Amino acid sequence: MITVKKLVKRFGLKVVLRGLDFSVQQGEFVALLGPNGAGKTTFLRILASLSRPTMGQVQVAGHQLPHEAAQVRAKLGVVSHMPLLYPDLTAEENLRFYASMYGVADSRSRITEVLQMVGLENRRKDLVRTFSRGMQQRLAIGRAVIHNPEVMLFDEPYTGLDQDASEMLDEVLRSVAAEGRTVVMTSHDLARAEDLATRFDILSRGVVAASAKREELRDTNLLAYYKQALAD
Amino acid sequence: MNTKRNASPSLWKAAFAVVRKDLAAELRSFELVSAMLVFSLLVIVIFNFALELDVKVRQSVTAGVLWTTFAFAGTLGLNRSMATEKDRGCLDGLLLAPVDRSAIYFGKALSNLIFMLIVEAFVLPIYSMLYNVNLFRLDLLGVILLGSIGYTAVGTLLSAMSVQTRTREVLLPILLFPVAIPVLLAAVKVSGGLLAGAAFSEVLTPFNILLVYDVVFIAVAFMAFDYVVEE
Repeated sequence: MITVKKLVKRFGLKVVLRGLDFSVQQGEFVALLGPNGAGKTTFLRILASLSRPTMGQVQVAGHQLPHEAAQVRAKLGVVSHMPLLYPDLTAEENLRFYASMYGVADSRSRITEVLQMVGLENRRKDLVRTFSRGMQQRLAIGRAVIHNPEVMLFDEPYTGLDQDASEMLDEVLRSVAAEGRTVVMTSHDLARAEDLATRFDILSRGVVAASAKREELRDTNLLAYYKQALAD
Repeated sequence: MNTKRNASPSLWKAAFAVVRKDLAAELRSFELVSAMLVFSLLVIVIFNFALELDVKVRQSVTAGVLWTTFAFAGTLGLNRSMATEKDRGCLDGLLLAPVDRSAIYFGKALSNLIFMLIVEAFVLPIYSMLYNVNLFRLDLLGVILLGSIGYTAVGTLLSAMSVQTRTREVLLPILLFPVAIPVLLAAVKVSGGLLAGAAFSEVLTPFNILLVYDVVFIAVAFMAFDYVVEE
């Protein structure tokens, strides 16, 4: 579903990604872990077609980036630590706006379906600026799945959430993944990543330094594996 | 997973969705138009006190005062309009939509134009009362519309550029005013000529410049917007 070969990204003289190779099969839930500055967000922005690669090949959902960016965007849902929502519009108006930008067929019933999924049906007529951070993040996931994307990218979705809101987000993330979507998530929360993901990739200094499937971590925990990968 | 196929919306459908969203948000907050309006009223009231002149002289400065007001209020609106998209990451939300990015440009430019026209609709009658000058003439209103189109066409493109920087409030006027000089000069010349009672043929040259500027900058923005917003 996602194939990346020899990806390089430079900002001026600074090289952020140094020949990164990465691939994800359909239905996999990959947690992309790594220290600050490892290039996780830059990598996700390239996958989301928000940033152009300097060199290398990127293919998402069968389409090459950056040439087929519009086709990729139609099959992609993105959630970042910012909700990408308009505070002066209601939850329903926000979803209606994004539904019209994605050309969603039968948007009215799809909006109701999505609001039910993220548990905000009772607040559909409320302005987003009255929502707590956790509710905004749940609605942000609703926004990202409004067009039924095949691939979901989550960039630090737990940033700024308290324990209750994080648990609620876990449930939403599970239901998103349970529908057969391919998911790539960056996070610093190793416990949550260990709980949700089926594969763990450690990004360090612009390359994938280590990669392991859940079943390969039976003899150790994710924290130990993460520390070992960064030490190597 | 729902298997219904979505069809990417056309350029104009997506652009009008952006306009509808901007108008709905502004109708709730009045953040943008109120800031532009207060600034505009302040400028024309200050000029009114500063220019204790006879009717004839007032008529000759009207075009200058009006376009100064529109240009500064317009810059304020352009900055705020794009900043609201950037500050909450909504610009990324727009850029993630599977539409031609020109649709986003046209949507934002149309919203900015509507906000500018709303402010002008308030400023013109107040100006007419304060300065005792009749501004409600079709030819003059047409020139104001053309000038506003040119100003917002180039302003929306440049505000998408400047909003990426930390000094966006300062950078936008620095970028915008040199590029907008032709449209402002032409608009002042045509408006001034019409208010002084000149025949339309006498102001045809600056009027043509205004028209050409509008067409050229809409075309340039259409082609360049994708590169401006991409990292």
